[in-house]
Amino acid sequence: MLFMNKTQDNGGAGVVRNKPNRREPLTDTTFLLTITITLFIVIYALAIVFLGDKGFSKIQMFFNLFNENAALIVIACGLSIVMITGSIDISVGGSTALICTACIVCLNNYGFNFFTSLILALGIGLLFGAVQGFLVAYMEMQPFIVTLAGMFLGRGLVALIEVNQIQVDNVGFEQLSGSRILIPFLGDINRKGVFIQSKLEYGVIVAIIIVCLMFWLLKKTKLGRSFYAVGGNSVSALMLGINVKRTKFYAHLLCGLLAGIGGFLYVFHTRSGSVQQATGLEMDAIAASIIGGTLLTGGVGNIFGTLFGVLTSGIVLLVVTAIGSQDPWWPQITRAAMLCFFIVLQSVICSRKKK
Amino acid sequence: MSKNNNKLDTGHQTSVLKAFIKHRLFIPIVFLALLLLINVFINPGFLKISLGRDSTGNPVLIGNLINILNNATELVILAIGMTLVTASSRGQDISVGATIAIVGGVIMRVLCGNETQPTELKAPIIVALLLGCLAGMACGAFNGILVSKFNIQPMVATLILFTAGRSIGSMAMGGLKPKAAAAFGYYGNFIPGFPIPTPILITIAVVGITALALSKTNLGLYTRAVGINDKSSSLNGLNPALIKFLTFVILGLCVGIAGFVQSSRVQTVNPYTIVPSIEMDVILAVALGGNSLGGGKFNMTGSIIGAYTIQTLTSMLTTLNVNTNAVPVFKAAIIILLVAIQTPIVKSFFANKVSLSRLTAGNGKERG
Repeated sequence: MLFMNKTQDNGGAGVVRNKPNRREPLTDTTFLLTITITLFIVIYALAIVFLGDKGFSKIQMFFNLFNENAALIVIACGLSIVMITGSIDISVGGSTALICTACIVCLNNYGFNFFTSLILALGIGLLFGAVQGFLVAYMEMQPFIVTLAGMFLGRGLVALIEVNQIQVDNVGFEQLSGSRILIPFLGDINRKGVFIQSKLEYGVIVAIIIVCLMFWLLKKTKLGRSFYAVGGNSVSALMLGINVKRTKFYAHLLCGLLAGIGGFLYVFHTRSGSVQQATGLEMDAIAASIIGGTLLTGGVGNIFGTLFGVLTSGIVLLVVTAIGSQDPWWPQITRAAMLCFFIVLQSVICSRKKK
Repeated sequence: MSKNNNKLDTGHQTSVLKAFIKHRLFIPIVFLALLLLINVFINPGFLKISLGRDSTGNPVLIGNLINILNNATELVILAIGMTLVTASSRGQDISVGATIAIVGGVIMRVLCGNETQPTELKAPIIVALLLGCLAGMACGAFNGILVSKFNIQPMVATLILFTAGRSIGSMAMGGLKPKAAAAFGYYGNFIPGFPIPTPILITIAVVGITALALSKTNLGLYTRAVGINDKSSSLNGLNPALIKFLTFVILGLCVGIAGFVQSSRVQTVNPYTIVPSIEMDVILAVALGGNSLGGGKFNMTGSIIGAYTIQTLTSMLTTLNVNTNAVPVFKAAIIILLVAIQTPIVKSFFANKVSLSRLTAGNGKERG
């Protein structure tokens, strides 16, 4: 068993490497991460081989996977951090919907431009994060209930601002939102034999930068290590001299900030807002984190896992849609089945570790 | 406080009052009473119940209170199951709404077959009810196995059915949107000639059975024991995995009954929109009832009161012409307020205040 006789590196603080010359055995996190990445590659390869004629062989398809999921990647990063700290945030869908509608109303009616609306989005996200973090960390309220209230609040406020679905009507914002990065030397040849360069949205660049930043934060900074320590065992973290309450607060604050960025990317991508927008986004983000190897019990997780979690569920949805069954229920059921597989796998690994 | 040292009688009264204030049901009851008072204030005829006639000329009871009691049926039934699950597994089932979609889909398929507008029922209603309950219990068992055997947190385990449930419900109906014959509607509305809405009767039956089960069997005791400490309950000869599994199956049964009532109300089911975010309302009901969402001890009466409180709040906001989508704002405010009052930090803060004031009152007495 590769993952049984290992040093207890679950991303826990302070790993001592005794024998640097010997190859280190796979840890839980890396094991789960490996499975997720392998699954992604296998599904993608199978899709290219068997469904190549449905667009999977095009390079643009790969970039579209990122274009469609940039917001979700950022939001799922925030959720991973909260989950690593042993907490949960289900308000991200609500705050995303609120950010979309608030930004669009301000862009259309109050003369906001790109940057002021960005600040508005970050402000809403930070406010959600700060209030929820305060209630969870310092008032010791249950995170599920607090963020449930946040979700209600976000969606309800959308309805108070604007009941109907609205579109962005702001030339500057639309121009920015519509512009794409052309990738040199990569592209597909269309039916007429014309070479079309692949396009990438600016949001994807932001998402990738954030993934790298968060990876660095979790691996290299004191704050990042204390997230793991608090999530792994808050009592022993307290004994180690970590300020548990403040760490939890920062985790929620960071998640709020990332939800703000993600919400802005969302409105940047969709350019529309409604009460029903981003329904179930929080569950998608949680699912992506779980598929990527983050344990909801806290203390274990990897941001790159989350990235691949988003990509894997994205590609599965695409494949199931492309297989072309007329029944609309298969994508969700497949997704749930995949989630079930990963959850059970995690549980089996965890129970083996205890023995 | 200043009257404290006047007579002995008042001292006795305050102790009764204090016992009431300290009681677990204090906040839920006071809150429900407050809501009802506000309702009476807004609409003086709020408490009026009259005997009217429906479109077909049958006698029916009409009134706001009846509506609240009627509409709260699903919430109450689900809150009963959710309380048990919360107590034993220290987590919540977030898939109840999706499972209701499955149950509704199964019932519709059984009653309508493959037709969209059948003139008569394809199967006896009791068969549909049983199959619906079976579907609910199967979903409960699936969640239960994940939670008890694989030691997965309930919220994560039920996330699976939460994702898939509504799609499975649609699959169960074969993608059709059938409308069952009118006879099926008796269970969500009125039985002709009988003025009390049937859902209220179903609620009474379910609450009665629950009360019996809790008082006559060890269900409540075992659930508490497992929730407080599953290791020590296992040392005492209980099987924590089995108890947890059972509570999930019981919740599944509750979902089956609630789904039956819900799909009977309009005799048609849209799995994607039926009972939207009811799971949140149910969890809220459990929390409002003074139960810790961290499991262990539970208070069934509190949960039931909590369910009625939420329904009262929802109907109140609807009569105030608040947009349905904006209702959650008020719910959010109330959740935060009520849960904040019940957190240990705030409680100890107030306890300190009380003891301080008692100290000053005592000083006053000495001086007197």
